[in-house]
Amino acid sequence: MSDVVEKTLTALPSLLSLDSQPGSAKLSSNSKLGNLIRGITELTSKHEEEKLIQRELLLIKEQVSSPNTTMRQMKELMVRAIYCEMLGYGVSFSYIHAIKLAQQGNVLEKRVGYLAVSLFLNEGHELLLLLVNTVLKDLQSTNLIEVCMALTVVSQMFPKDMIPAILPLVEEKLNHPKEIIRRKAVLALYKFYLIAPNQVQHIHNKFRKALCDKDPGVMSASLHIYLQLIQENPEGYKDLAPSFVTILKQVVGGKLPMDFNYHSVPAPWLQIHLLRILSLLGKNDQSTSEIMYEILDESLRRAEMNHNITYAILYECVKCIYTIHPKSDLLEKAAKCMGNFVLSPKINLKYLGLKALTYVVQQDPKLALQHQMTIIECLDHPDLIIKRETLELLFRITNDQNVTVIVEKMLDFLRISEDDHTTIDLVGKVAELAEKYFRTYAPDNEWFIDTMNTVFSLGGDLLQPDIPNSFLKLLSEGFDSVEEDKKLRLFAVNSYISLLQGDSSKLPQRFLQVICWVLGEYSHLREDLEPGVVVRLLAKLLDMKSSSSETKCWVLMAMTKLCPGGAALALVHDVSETYSSSLDTMLRQRAQELQILSQDSELQAKVLPRSASMEPVEVDSSLSFLDGFVSEALAAGAAPYKPPHQRQEELSRSKALNLEPYGLSLPISISSCSITDRQSPTLLSISSGLSGDSTDFSHKGSSTALKLDGVKRLWGRDGYLAQKEQTEEAPRIEAASAVRSADQLGDNNASNSQTPNPTPSPECDQEKQQLASSLFVGLASQSFLHQMGKSDPTSQRFRRKTKASGSAEQITDPLVSPSDGSDNLLYKSLLDSLDLDVSPPEQTAGLVAPNGSCDAEEEPADADVKEIETPPVRDERVTAEASPHDDPDGSKDPSLASHLPAELSALSHSKVTLLFSKQNLDVSACHVQKEDSVVLVVFISNCSDSFLQQIRLQVDSEELEVSCVSDCPSEELKSHSVAVCQYFLTVKRPSVHFDLSATVSWQPPAGLPLTTQFSYRLPLATFVRALKLSTEEYGAMWLAFSHDTKQNLTLIHDGWDPLAATLDVLKRKLQLHVVEIIGVEAIVACCLQQDQPCLMHCRMHAGMLAVWLRSPVPDLPDCLLYCCQRALQEL
Amino acid sequence: MQFMLLFSRQGKLRLQKWYVPLSDKEKKKITRELVQTVLARKPKMCSFLEWRDLKIVYKRYASLYFCCAIEDQDNELITLEIIHRYVELLDKYFGSVCELDIIFNFEKAYFILDEFLLGGEAQETSKKNVLKAIEQADLLQEYINDKLSRSVLPPLCLQ
Repeated sequence: MSDVVEKTLTALPSLLSLDSQPGSAKLSSNSKLGNLIRGITELTSKHEEEKLIQRELLLIKEQVSSPNTTMRQMKELMVRAIYCEMLGYGVSFSYIHAIKLAQQGNVLEKRVGYLAVSLFLNEGHELLLLLVNTVLKDLQSTNLIEVCMALTVVSQMFPKDMIPAILPLVEEKLNHPKEIIRRKAVLALYKFYLIAPNQVQHIHNKFRKALCDKDPGVMSASLHIYLQLIQENPEGYKDLAPSFVTILKQVVGGKLPMDFNYHSVPAPWLQIHLLRILSLLGKNDQSTSEIMYEILDESLRRAEMNHNITYAILYECVKCIYTIHPKSDLLEKAAKCMGNFVLSPKINLKYLGLKALTYVVQQDPKLALQHQMTIIECLDHPDLIIKRETLELLFRITNDQNVTVIVEKMLDFLRISEDDHTTIDLVGKVAELAEKYFRTYAPDNEWFIDTMNTVFSLGGDLLQPDIPNSFLKLLSEGFDSVEEDKKLRLFAVNSYISLLQGDSSKLPQRFLQVICWVLGEYSHLREDLEPGVVVRLLAKLLDMKSSSSETKCWVLMAMTKLCPGGAALALVHDVSETYSSSLDTMLRQRAQELQILSQDSELQAKVLPRSASMEPVEVDSSLSFLDGFVSEALAAGAAPYKPPHQRQEELSRSKALNLEPYGLSLPISISSCSITDRQSPTLLSISSGLSGDSTDFSHKGSSTALKLDGVKRLWGRDGYLAQKEQTEEAPRIEAASAVRSADQLGDNNASNSQTPNPTPSPECDQEKQQLASSLFVGLASQSFLHQMGKSDPTSQRFRRKTKASGSAEQITDPLVSPSDGSDNLLYKSLLDSLDLDVSPPEQTAGLVAPNGSCDAEEEPADADVKEIETPPVRDERVTAEASPHDDPDGSKDPSLASHLPAELSALSHSKVTLLFSKQNLDVSACHVQKEDSVVLVVFISNCSDSFLQQIRLQVDSEELEVSCVSDCPSEELKSHSVAVCQYFLTVKRPSVHFDLSATVSWQPPAGLPLTTQFSYRLPLATFVRALKLSTEEYGAMWLAFSHDTKQNLTLIHDGWDPLAATLDVLKRKLQLHVVEIIGVEAIVACCLQQDQPCLMHCRMHAGMLAVWLRSPVPDLPDCLLYCCQRALQEL
Repeated sequence: MQFMLLFSRQGKLRLQKWYVPLSDKEKKKITRELVQTVLARKPKMCSFLEWRDLKIVYKRYASLYFCCAIEDQDNELITLEIIHRYVELLDKYFGSVCELDIIFNFEKAYFILDEFLLGGEAQETSKKNVLKAIEQADLLQEYINDKLSRSVLPPLCLQ
């Protein structure tokens, strides 16, 4: 130690003076903290402690804010503040002083300041910005310790946005002569990479330099970065594999300085890091795996089983060997090593052994056989953690012969587990097993229903909602055999009736809901059961205090389905009466339905036909049955529906007051205007969210049933299809001695010899052998094994079946009944939720006129204008939509097109639209799409017999840059002549539509000058041009663009290839350029006026077109997406 | 590593280091629940815990519990050794460390931890280098050795 001190003294002379200062102050300050701590330990109650700390905090607060407090005192105060914070008291007042201390103190004080900052503040805390300058200063300090402190704090927390400010300095430190600085710099860069990977992209080659650093500490620090990088992109670093292998060889061979040994194992942290990197690189890659076989073998050999640290390395080796491309002799050694873990008396090793086994049995289930007795012992281990891990292992080796035993074990565990997280997880697994094996082997109704009942009871309300859903779906869909289905349902009904006859108050809400649904649907299957009996049982649930209103909804729905007669009818009547005044609107709705349907059995049969749950629900996604209502509402002055996207757009555009008068909402375009372009959610989403703005369910267009055609068929009558094929191909011929009856096992000592653990007593042994035979049956000899869990991508419970059945939707919410006759009932609730703005249009025209005249009129575009002389200047506005199909009588004068300037006449132009006509002055306009630009052409025609003078036209737009190419040639306009003005339009910022507002003023021969405003609208498509790209260019650009958006669009199903057809429409309507079509995917590019590209990636998925747009221009992807939507809808 | 907690057998927090950004409320909640869970475990039980979606590795040294939260793919055993190495460092620095050393000099314990683990990753595994760094920064600053209280408590038993 003395030599260290000596070194320090010579290296850091500047700090020497500090130490020569008298230590008395330190003493007293330390004792202040000491006093505090001692004071606290002497206290007996929490209350006293609180009082003491509050007093202490007041004192600290007073002192830190006093200007006389020296930095030395401040340091001591900070230590006390840290202590108080650790005890759980708020010390936010001291945060700013901690930063100040880091900034102003000398080295020692600074260190405490930095420490306090790193303990007090979170990564995102705004005060951290104040630290940036201090860090910047310290990074440039000549004092090594200051640099170290700055790097330390930076590696822990730094405001993401300020990284560029210090990045060059940190980078520079990579070349620092001191290894400690280099090491910390590497870790700081690692931190930057984690929080802002883009910022450090340019220094990847410097990481390589750090990897080659002569100091092992720096090198091993750089492995953190590589582990992260390789995790994200193993392909990019395959070339480094030999280097990593070489490093590992050197480490294992003991080439590192002795300092790095830990309990005489060379650099174990480094070894583990390297092993993890190698397993990532060697995964699914035979050639890379081959170069690591040798070193893995050596690692296994060198690591003797004597200390935790070698076990840690061995564990990592085993994992690596089983992850990379397999090599048989290595696998054998790894298996043996794992066996030692499992058999170890040390509980930590046993746990890891089980964990490794769980990982490994997915590849080689026979390994579980070798350890069957140990596994069974672990199953009864007093430590729940071990038990839990064992169940995890069993879950992975489940097959149709041992499933009942394994499920039983899992349920046993669930009964004693108190941890919510574990319960949720295990319940899910049991449900998964029950459902899967019920489907795959001879159905055992009793087992299945009982298991699910236990799942529902134990899982309670923690249960993931998809478990009851898929259970009910399974019940309602059934299998191929009608008889079997009926039996299953009947069994469920019986089971639930007896449950309800018992004490039902303990049952979880979710379970009650399931029961309600099943009884409502299927209790008629039991012929001896009066519906009245069921209704009475259900009514009991309504009276229970614990029942949630959601459950009550299910109960009422079930009653609605039951339609009892006789005395029960009166009960039903009472119930509906009671709940029809409920505060819960859902409940009220259900009660209303119950009331109406219970009185009209004919309607009931139509709305809720029995046996209809098998039929798919026709989802009328366009909600066409509401058309009548919509047109009525529109006629009454409601605003037409706009999809949420457009609403958002307009909302952001018109944050200010709306100064335009509302257009006349006459019923002219009602039938066409909004019904087709309403982006209606499916019935599914209406029922769940009752909101019109869920864009996720973007089923649009004509009425469709649920589109599930594209979904791969994973499950069939015989279970998981892919799995089965695979197992049929590869039957395990090397059948080991797994299927043994219990007595065989008892005789056969060979199996015992595999498990060296002596079994305690023969009786117990017998029991365990029995258990073993039932648990491990079918593992090796069976021709197939259903592996569950992580390696099985289909194991999630969310599965869409190929059979499009409405019952699942019906289950999700009792609201939706499965028949088409339901509209009269659902009508009301749907209407309530529709996003129609039914308020009458406001008469704001009076407010609008800027000159204060209050009698401005609204008029349709082509109305004749009668001018009243009184106001000197009148402002009026008329609007015209530029879309050509919109107003058939707009183009009054086709000959106007002949006035197009010569250079434009050859190009395609939009239809010439009459914008307004007044006092013998007509103004029309069209736009011309040139290759690289858009030109607006305005025609002003004088229809009168006299001169018009002082004609002025001004065109403006918020989103467009308007530059005048040629103005009105003269300020005068002869009678019956036309003046042509051209404006060059460029996009300032993208928008779905571009509105141009224009003012024209003129002076008629007699009378006052007149002014009229009008507007002209261009769709975004006008400005979109094809962008010719190669696939490579596209790829490079894609990564560079930051603004993106994703959505599903409707596919066009005409012809043989929906993707091509859809792209064709987009190409035609929006001039998009299709770069390449690859299978079900396509890449498309376009640009807005050459310099604003937008890329689109399309993929056919589940009957929809999933599009992903990217662009460097904000808002462009959104706007373009909207245009695509429109283009596809307008077909 | 997501965080490291040191707490006494009585459940008093002695040191806390968070490597993931969490709100104070969450930190308190996690600490409370975890301390409770760990203290309830029996001595011969496994040092690893699955807790929420994290893996907890803990070890008891005399009256102090050292407790780390790691991610699922991390190696549990090496985390145990990280704890052990940290205790070794404390021991070397304080000279046969006991709980009171850490209570009264917790800022030193933090400095040592920061030299050993940086941002949740093992920074320097050579014991000599860590101590060198600490001592350099410490200069000749003497901490107050509370010999009086030290004699009361047993040293943390290092195996």
